[in-house]
Amino acid sequence: MLAQQLLNGILAGSVYALFALGFTLMFGVLGVINLTYGFYFSTGAFVALHATRYLHMQIWEALPFAAAIAGLIAIVIDELLLGPLRRAKAPELSSLMVTLGATLLLYSLMTAWFTTDIRRFPPTVFDGGAFEIQGLRITLSQILIVAAVVSIVGGLAWLLRRTKLGLAIRALAENDDVAQLMGVNVGGVVHLVSFISGALGGAAGVMIGLNYNAIQPYMGESMMLKGFAVIILGGLGDIRGAVLAGLALGILETLTAGYVASSMKDAVGFLLLVLTLWFRPVGLFGRIAAKRA
Amino acid sequence: MSAPLLAVRGLTLAYDRTDAVKGIDFDVHKGGVVTLIGANGAGKTTTLRAVSGLLKPRAGSIRFAGREIAGMAAHRIARLGVVQSPEGRQVFANMTIAENLAMGAYLESDRVAVAKRRDTVLARFPRLGERLSQSAGLLSGGEQQMLAMGRALMADPKLLLLDEPSMGLAPLFVEEIFNIVADLKREGRTILLVEQNARAALEIADYAYVIESGRITLRGPAREIAENSEVATAYLGM
Ligand SMILES: Nc1ncnc2c1ncn2[C@@H]1O[C@H](COP(=O)(O)OP(=O)(O)OP(=O)(O)O)[C@@H](O)[C@H]1O
Ligand SMILES: [Mg+2]
Repeated sequence: MLAQQLLNGILAGSVYALFALGFTLMFGVLGVINLTYGFYFSTGAFVALHATRYLHMQIWEALPFAAAIAGLIAIVIDELLLGPLRRAKAPELSSLMVTLGATLLLYSLMTAWFTTDIRRFPPTVFDGGAFEIQGLRITLSQILIVAAVVSIVGGLAWLLRRTKLGLAIRALAENDDVAQLMGVNVGGVVHLVSFISGALGGAAGVMIGLNYNAIQPYMGESMMLKGFAVIILGGLGDIRGAVLAGLALGILETLTAGYVASSMKDAVGFLLLVLTLWFRPVGLFGRIAAKRA
Repeated sequence: MSAPLLAVRGLTLAYDRTDAVKGIDFDVHKGGVVTLIGANGAGKTTTLRAVSGLLKPRAGSIRFAGREIAGMAAHRIARLGVVQSPEGRQVFANMTIAENLAMGAYLESDRVAVAKRRDTVLARFPRLGERLSQSAGLLSGGEQQMLAMGRALMADPKLLLLDEPSMGLAPLFVEEIFNIVADLKREGRTILLVEQNARAALEIADYAYVIESGRITLRGPAREIAENSEVATAYLGM
């Protein structure tokens, strides 16, 4: 029983980690809290739903497809809303207000189009069935989710640590002026980071939609609270922290639902958020970021 | 005399509404060291930011190798070979020394060329070579200055812009930094050196401009400027 709970917790947690990774990347590199981020999560789920239903894609085709669409939308939204603010070096509060307004608008549009009815993936998506290993029940879609999360996180770590592009992204995160002095086309890198972030959010949306098989426009909003909890627990802009904190939140939530009360599950994230801010505002694994010399 | 590598004419720069630089003219010829000296807030850094493309000029022209670069995007200007070591060093503190140097060679895709440049830079700054995998934020101020200069040299610039490389350093480091600038000059690098340490800058430079409140008030061969009585009282503390 405990083993099954832990397994479910790790599964949910790995998706939280994926979601938080995109959020923290956006914050860490672009330096803005972009509240539209949850919308890419909903977008990913809806695109995958329609791609499997009407374009008859397999789920492993629909996942990258939906992630890419969410990434492209993220580029457009960032360029339209935040591009002008960045160029004017506007204060942080303005980007918060602009993205808050945009979020309300985007969700209303989505609701007007799709209503708030809960939608489900066509049953063919789940044909794969499930395994039983020593009493543990694992579905094929869960295996797909974990495999996808592991390869995406690994790929991102490789990009950031081992490639020239990753070096440019990190340079931009630290000092955009000097990155430009070294020849980095900052506009291009900003688009790339928006794309990666949006795609991570979109992929997480597909996975949560798949795991719970329930999709509706505001699913991204409830995810944002978890996203905030994870990036604050893990430390703003901290990639490794986001992964570990995401897993921790998933496991704690499942254990709470299993051993305390299932109605308490959604309070866990909020509780973690508040406790972290009280006791360790730099995040569990955070050090105060090294200041520019 | 041949056309200057960098020719600045009537350059006017402003933050919001106040003009920080008011119509300055200056030239840098290939293979020479030109220094721009002046007090705090005179407009030296502002001028370098404009040459690098980080600040759009309000008016005037900046020609590099015969091409108008005023208002061009900063990464394009870097691609033309104008590379800056900025004021206050601004190394990437969360990156290692090796990564900082790699960032300097960001535009060079030939790995062999990059490795060669790195060897040259490490030969010039042996302290950096001993700690390649260390985080740059942990270096001392003087070491960070060497890293910032090494990073700029990794780009093999056609024009090297140095903004106050001696700022805030202990005398021993100051001397070392100026020795390196002198070496670079001997090797034929073209350098625009911004300094408050006028004495040392005038010793190295071929030609000098004095900037005061956004205007160039004096220009001439560095040796003559050093002997100018006004400069002596104002900047050389005599
Ligand atoms: N970001 C900015 N916003 C507004 N005004 C600025 C800004 N940066 C510089 N200034 C102003 O522009 C003028 C020129 O500054 P600049 O930094 O170019 O001087 P400087 O000659 O480099 O001085 P220092 O020797 O102290 O580095 C100063 O009056 C300064 O206050
Ligand atoms: Mg300055």
